[in-house]
Amino acid sequence: MLTLEYHFNEPHTRTFYGYEPGDAFYEALIEAHRDLDEEQSALVNARLILLLANHIGDVGLLREAIRLAREDVVGG
Amino acid sequence: MLKTYQYPKFPFVRPAELDSPQTRHVPVIVVGAGPVGLSAAIDLAQRNIPVVLLDEDDTVSIGSRGVCYAKRALEILDRYGVGERVVQKGVSWNVGRTFFRDEEVFRFNLVPEPDLHRPGMVNLQQYYLEEYLIDRARELPNIDLRWKNAVIGVTPGEDAVTVRVETPAGAYALSCDWLIAADGARSPIRRMLGLDIEGKIFMDRFLIADVVMKADFPPERWFWFDPPFHPGQSVLLHRQADDVWRIDFQLGWDADPEEEKKPERVIPRIRAMLGDDREFELEWVSVYTFQCRRMKRFTHGRVLFVGDAAHQVSPFGARGANSGIQDVDNLGWKLELVMQGKAPSALLDSYSDERTYAADENIRNSTRSTDFITPKGNVSKTFRNAVLGLARHYPFARGLVNSGRLSVPSFYVDSPLNTPDTDAFAGRMVPGAPMDDAPVAAPAGGAPWLLPHFGQGFRLMIALDDAAALDAATAEGLAALGRGAVPVEPIVVAREGSAPGGIETLHDVKGRVRERYDLQPGTVYLIRPDQHVAARWRRFDPAAIEAALRRASGQRA
Repeated sequence: MLTLEYHFNEPHTRTFYGYEPGDAFYEALIEAHRDLDEEQSALVNARLILLLANHIGDVGLLREAIRLAREDVVGG
Repeated sequence: MLKTYQYPKFPFVRPAELDSPQTRHVPVIVVGAGPVGLSAAIDLAQRNIPVVLLDEDDTVSIGSRGVCYAKRALEILDRYGVGERVVQKGVSWNVGRTFFRDEEVFRFNLVPEPDLHRPGMVNLQQYYLEEYLIDRARELPNIDLRWKNAVIGVTPGEDAVTVRVETPAGAYALSCDWLIAADGARSPIRRMLGLDIEGKIFMDRFLIADVVMKADFPPERWFWFDPPFHPGQSVLLHRQADDVWRIDFQLGWDADPEEEKKPERVIPRIRAMLGDDREFELEWVSVYTFQCRRMKRFTHGRVLFVGDAAHQVSPFGARGANSGIQDVDNLGWKLELVMQGKAPSALLDSYSDERTYAADENIRNSTRSTDFITPKGNVSKTFRNAVLGLARHYPFARGLVNSGRLSVPSFYVDSPLNTPDTDAFAGRMVPGAPMDDAPVAAPAGGAPWLLPHFGQGFRLMIALDDAAALDAATAEGLAALGRGAVPVEPIVVAREGSAPGGIETLHDVKGRVRERYDLQPGTVYLIRPDQHVAARWRRFDPAAIEAALRRASGQRA
């Protein structure tokens, strides 16, 4: 099952408010694109997806994520 | 424009110093009678420290400005005697709705955590808060509040600080042991002392309008990303007291602030947002920019910076006034101990350490919100829009939608005043934590909440099943703590009974104190005067408490 509940966490950092790990991730994600041109940004995104996909490993889950990612984007 | 609020005008009183050749010396001068300066004066006056409070103006904040007061600030305002008025007049809201383009993406209901006295936040125009604080300051005979007294010079010294004050009747000098600069984002005192404040300016402008609507409109927070009536930008709608609604429009950097303020520009924007038929009147309009920056240190010799003078954040999350009030809460008791000669002036360094830590947290959170709300560059915008699209369907993405993370207190986990745990505890009341509130019964009188029983000096909270079972040795040890140079007042939290020797006893009627503080019979918490945890143990150990108290009051253990 693809996890669709909020699941961000930072195991070795004590946080007191639930939004902190997700916001920290999002900040790092945006920061990763700093000073890159569009082609470089697209490449970084592609590499990031590949790294995370390998970490997940389960191809069934990845197919499900790919399906959800395309939803709404390609008109139904 | 319509006026729902009558701005008071406070009289200028000719200061006696104008007629004296000598420079008068006072213990404390606070500069700036905004919410933070007024809070500082009240905090110190309640500690029996006389304060001269100088303000260049003669009325309260013009326009709604800071509109959101969060739980921690309300708890501190309770200590200053105005919390109840703010909560009564303010508007509570729980439902937030988030829109992306022409669709509602999701709505949330902030169901308040049960058994807390104060709500997560109330919305109230800043002028009401200032009015209530001024009323309170006037009740305190040791506050000398002087309107139309502008500080035009400051001379810091080893033993005293002298200020030059200009009034409509002439200028005079006044010297003090301690100068508290609460003179706002543009702090003239900071500038006169040539001190830096570093950070970044956001290249964006926002239009804020106070709008009076008589029509029925729910007390909800509405946030639009890229709405059809204001394409490419964000809009926020919030309800305040007196049927006044606050609307914030993101304008972008290229907008002309003077043009955008004109009613003929503002009214069509609001009409497009509300729909054609709704009646409204404009009460106040302003265009603002903002910065996220702070001073490297908040203490400079005998000059202590608080609030916007020391740090500024973007408005998303209401972390401005709320954090300034927390600055004062942190500073007051430390200054009192130093002035009484019971703590070295190094204790004030911990004010700077703890509140710069809090300022960094506030800047970090409000910057993250700003970057989400106003994405810079195509990649940022694509990710933002992807989050909003996914948020329609999937809860994880709702957690990433960041339209402002509301002001919450810092946990000073790295503070040098903390004594690290040596015993095992669950929960979040770690050393440095701000106390969680809980309902109690106070058989000897007093508020039916935990927090109002803390906040003046240090307290030692000791947990028991039956308060009457407190043994004689512990009772004597507790009594001795009350007689120390820095006194610690004991307080027993129990299921039943009264502690011997007249020790204040609270009953944990709903078990929430036990739950939130992970209490067991014999558990002891040392609590600072600002309601933060200093140390905790599973059993009463006078030597450990003594060492923790020395540490928490700035005298190295």
